[in-house]
Amino acid sequence: MKGLKIIVLAKQVPDTRNVGKDAMKADGTVNRAALEAIFNPEDLNALEQALRVKDKVDGSTITILTMGPGRAAEVIREGLYRGADNGFLLTDRKFAGSDTLATSYALSQAIRKIKDFDVIFAGRQAIDGDTAQVGPQVAEKLGIPQITYAEEVLDIKGKEIIVKRRLERGVEVVSVTTPVLITVHSSAADCRPRNAKLLMKYKHARTITERQDATEDYLNLYQTRPYLNIDEWSTADIVVEDEALGLSGSPTKVKKIENVVFKAKESKVLSPSDVEIDELMKELIENHTIG
Amino acid sequence: MNNIFVYCEIEDSQVADVSLELLTKARSLADQLSCKVEAVVLGSGLNGIDKQLFPYGVDVIHLGDDKRLAPYLTLPHSTLLKQVLEQEKPQIALFGATSVGRDLAPRIASALKVGLTADCTSLEIGGHSDKKANIEYENLLYQIRPAFGGNIVATIINPETRPQLATVREGVMKKEILREGYKGVVKKIDTDKFLSDADFVVKIIERHMENKKVNIKNAGIIVAGGYGVGSKANFKLLFDLADVLGAEVGGSRAAVDAGFVEHERQIGQTGVTVRPKLYIAVGISGQIQHRAGMADSAMVISINNDRQAPINQIADYVIVGDAAEVLPKLIKYYKKNSK
Repeated sequence: MKGLKIIVLAKQVPDTRNVGKDAMKADGTVNRAALEAIFNPEDLNALEQALRVKDKVDGSTITILTMGPGRAAEVIREGLYRGADNGFLLTDRKFAGSDTLATSYALSQAIRKIKDFDVIFAGRQAIDGDTAQVGPQVAEKLGIPQITYAEEVLDIKGKEIIVKRRLERGVEVVSVTTPVLITVHSSAADCRPRNAKLLMKYKHARTITERQDATEDYLNLYQTRPYLNIDEWSTADIVVEDEALGLSGSPTKVKKIENVVFKAKESKVLSPSDVEIDELMKELIENHTIG
Repeated sequence: MNNIFVYCEIEDSQVADVSLELLTKARSLADQLSCKVEAVVLGSGLNGIDKQLFPYGVDVIHLGDDKRLAPYLTLPHSTLLKQVLEQEKPQIALFGATSVGRDLAPRIASALKVGLTADCTSLEIGGHSDKKANIEYENLLYQIRPAFGGNIVATIINPETRPQLATVREGVMKKEILREGYKGVVKKIDTDKFLSDADFVVKIIERHMENKKVNIKNAGIIVAGGYGVGSKANFKLLFDLADVLGAEVGGSRAAVDAGFVEHERQIGQTGVTVRPKLYIAVGISGQIQHRAGMADSAMVISINNDRQAPINQIADYVIVGDAAEVLPKLIKYYKKNSK
């Protein structure tokens, strides 16, 4: 069987699961600097499914595609350490303020430039927005089918892929012929750890911007070992209409951000003594809350 | 023209609760905007489905009845819905934030190049002034949703694009019949005209759906446990108390993640929103995400070792103590006093 060309969409996100006290500013906005930047968890689940396909079908390759600021190259290196073959960082000030529609447009245009692909894997959703929109939106723009909430790729026979989906109330097994975009659910297998050999091989992998800070010695390294180059694309490298990018390409606008406030109640504090619990129960039965 | 559309999900020939909740909300928004409510129903064997829908104040039903449309598949549903929306040009289109709605809505938004807000917990109508462009907008849909892991609430608008698309979580809006005799019209969709083989490239091989075993959404009393309950074994005490009180058992995300209780019992922003007359929170610290799913409970009793737990701020009664000690006493004294 011919190897599959796989693209994994990955995003670097602030770790909203571990929000400390200093994560929110006094005005109710988010202090992104106080949150650690991590590989979006479900994108790691997606990478693992891609790696399993690569393990199974000889000659398959995995390309990581990410959009974000320069430091997002970190997710590409993480992918390389775990078995991806190369990566593209899509980075440009013009992407700033993109909502999911503008993001999916930029990503789909980058995928058109990569051109040759069979399967695109992505996490179901990113933890900084939880929208689950970018995957399906990219699929629509590319005119390919989507399989959302994948838990496991069960089988691959030529161009046919069998996938198990995890739905709210059950499971579904579906088949599809490539090309297809598959979003992966958190119930899928965890991603394998970094591979020590790959870590050694790719630890100096850098984008061209990152290399500007490198010393003379390192510059030679990139000539002798081209695989250490992480491709960096700006809007000049892909075919895009500027007005479909960033804020102008984003139909959704944030009108207002508020802290979550709950009306505090004056609570009655009880001890777990028999007398007090007995009294409480009498009261609740009398006022028909229970019983 | 320019009405409010609701994509209705069908489960076993019944309109899903979340769709009826959306229709109820759509009706009140439509009255505010002086427009109509239209439902889009795609499925198979839909005879009589109009009788379920009209009482909620539906003026028009766009009905696609075709055996290829059930169970749900992304492409045929998105192809047909796109047709309807392009032709009818609604100002608002709503979806449930379900496995289906969250699969379908982004596909539609991408095709129509319009804005979509996921997982709304509230919808309102209001204005907006864009001071930079010096434009005043009226009657926009305020799409209100938790953001950033639930730590903030954002109001999102789509000033320029139509329809304004939103998905809404199940259970956050009330389902209410407008009038039993309410009558609208049914418009049939010519499915053969729009569907092609390319829409059926994904095939369902197997499907196992479970009926909802628990119904915490509509429970009058809920006994919910958190990570502080300590173990799956300790959760049995919650079930014991729930049995005695005729209550349902719920859990916080931490309790579900720890495997103390099943996922379908999860309460909070990523689970179910509940508003029972009594909510007994056992060993729940009360992160924002949890409180957002139960803060409208009429009465809250918190049982917690930690006097400072955030949940206590919204509790009517705080019992400072261990679940293992307090729960058996609640059972004992309920039995004693209810006789």
